[in-house]
Amino acid sequence: MSAGTLYDKVWALHQVAELPGGSTQLFIGLHLIHEVTSPQAFAALKDLGLGVRHPERTVATVDHIVPTTSQARPFADPLAEEMLATLEANCAAHNITLHGLGSGRQGIVHVIAPELGLTQPGMTVACGDSHTSTHGAFGAIAFGIGTSQVRDVLASQSLSMGKLKVRRIWVDGQLQPGVYAKDLVLHVIRTLGVKGGVGYAYEFAGPAIEGLSMEERMTLCNMAIEGGARCGYVNPDQVTFDYLQGRPYAPSGEAWERAVAWWSSLASGPDAVFDDEVRFDASAIAPTITWGITPGQGIGVDETVPTLEQTESDERPLAEEAYRYMDLQPGAPIAGTPVDVCFIGSCTNGRLSDLQAAAAVAKGRHVAPGIKAFVVPGSEQVAAAAEAEGLDQVFTAAGFEWREPGCSMCLAMNPDRLEGRQISASSSNRNFKGRQGSATGRTLLMSPAMVAAAAIAGKVTDVRQLLAA
Amino acid sequence: MATPFPFGPITAVTGTAVVVRGDDIDTDRIIPARFLKCVTFEALGPAAFADDRAELAQAPAGPHPFDRPEHQGASILLVNRNFGCGSSREHAPQALMRWGIRAVVGESFAEIFYGNCLALGIPCLTASHEGMLAIQAAAAADPAAAFTLDVAAQSLSGADQSWALDLAAGPRQMLSTGQWDATSQLLANGTALEATVARLPYLATFAA
Repeated sequence: MSAGTLYDKVWALHQVAELPGGSTQLFIGLHLIHEVTSPQAFAALKDLGLGVRHPERTVATVDHIVPTTSQARPFADPLAEEMLATLEANCAAHNITLHGLGSGRQGIVHVIAPELGLTQPGMTVACGDSHTSTHGAFGAIAFGIGTSQVRDVLASQSLSMGKLKVRRIWVDGQLQPGVYAKDLVLHVIRTLGVKGGVGYAYEFAGPAIEGLSMEERMTLCNMAIEGGARCGYVNPDQVTFDYLQGRPYAPSGEAWERAVAWWSSLASGPDAVFDDEVRFDASAIAPTITWGITPGQGIGVDETVPTLEQTESDERPLAEEAYRYMDLQPGAPIAGTPVDVCFIGSCTNGRLSDLQAAAAVAKGRHVAPGIKAFVVPGSEQVAAAAEAEGLDQVFTAAGFEWREPGCSMCLAMNPDRLEGRQISASSSNRNFKGRQGSATGRTLLMSPAMVAAAAIAGKVTDVRQLLAA
Repeated sequence: MATPFPFGPITAVTGTAVVVRGDDIDTDRIIPARFLKCVTFEALGPAAFADDRAELAQAPAGPHPFDRPEHQGASILLVNRNFGCGSSREHAPQALMRWGIRAVVGESFAEIFYGNCLALGIPCLTASHEGMLAIQAAAAADPAAAFTLDVAAQSLSGADQSWALDLAAGPRQMLSTGQWDATSQLLANGTALEATVARLPYLATFAA
């Protein structure tokens, strides 16, 4: 199955050998590393007496543990400092390029690789981070791996993998004003479930997908993993090529034409065979927000928290756990839910267009009293571009803090975190229990524009009302 | 650590079992992110399920199974659907392994977690929903019972019962032949790897 799909073609091109255990040895075209999941892999290499086979195919940055207030070294947190120092030493020892703090190119790994032109169509991309699925937006086969696999890629530039099935997610229509790629992907996950994609790669296709910008496609593919799909992708097209042209690591000159021809040849053809297909209508999707403790527990902002009767029987135990943890009432409207902290950023929604959408809501308004609201650009380049058009001024005038780039409160490995039972409106990707740094903290996932609206109102609000005002 | 970490062919795992019920238990719950601030995995064992354990310590339903005296030393973890979803952090199976877990049986597993377990030599086998409930009930009824998970036979036996499990042919072969650690296999194909490099135009930056 999956014959004629991009997934099938890219897989075949990168297939090195069949391994004795029945899995495939797959060549990895681009390996991205960061400070959290790589130190143990380098230590294992050392124990095994192995080197890095293709250091030019691995690129590093630092993102998870960096503070967003002051990035002066050494960091106040000695463990964070040790992790960065270890990454720096490993990169230096193995001749791996590190886009470090202050280089102008540092940022969240899934933001910087695309903006530097490292991520290209037809590549296999691996990184010790589940949101590596982001890079599928370019028509790459990109997936998260564990640390033992990071070791394997460093040692052999390849991985032992099993092939996935391919499900086409076909989306007709177009997103309405105030509705973004984040809402689309939350809607898909709400519909297919957090385990619906296990065993599949998701191919996102159809008129609505073709109409998305590259940054929107990245948001979409980023959260494929939240639907259980280890990778998600969009076929490369003119939007992809226009984004890539002129970026530092993109081909140029005559090579550019050859690259575009090759990239174009990889797209799923009209006769491609899919293992499954599901259809959506983008026009019917409302701003979507999670109410529970998995990204699949989502509803439109104009809906009510589902009751047990409205919940499939096998999902009821999880719903009951979510009612308790979130302290939300089944049957109550989600709009109007008070929030304490508003976070705009992450590999899902920390790019320039995300900040533009949030700034459009914040402009000329002010954060409600008692609300902590902050904006963390996804990279140094995003920060510079946003500052060049004055977005930092818009945010600070509206009462948001403007921070330095990093993963920040998406997973709270740095000082940014919820306290106690605080509830956040967050543009990140996971609302798991304890995810944002407090074991009892609560997270409502939504688009950056919806986070800005929540910050202004002090409670969950339909951003379309503010955009219309 | 009483039991050595997995090494060589993994044909069977024998020991007592610990039941952790619930669907969609994510890797943030298995090991909260603050414990990822480390450059080795060594200290992770006691932190497995840290926040869930703290939450249940004082609760009527508590303590967490990992804190119950009868489950200390357990080596087989019995779970439900989509166990290990979320982050790719290998810290999750590392924490479980360092706590003492050597095999996991559940209704289904998230893919990256499953692969991470395999890379550590920890078999993850699946049972049907009804089968899993029966296994969990039997283990809960007799916490002292020793269970044996047989990789080749794809079965779990103990407490005078036996259940059929599933394990795909690939992982089954990798575990039972000791080839679950892929590194040496991957390194053996250097020539084929460079042939792959030669046919990928982007690696030559699309030179003519």
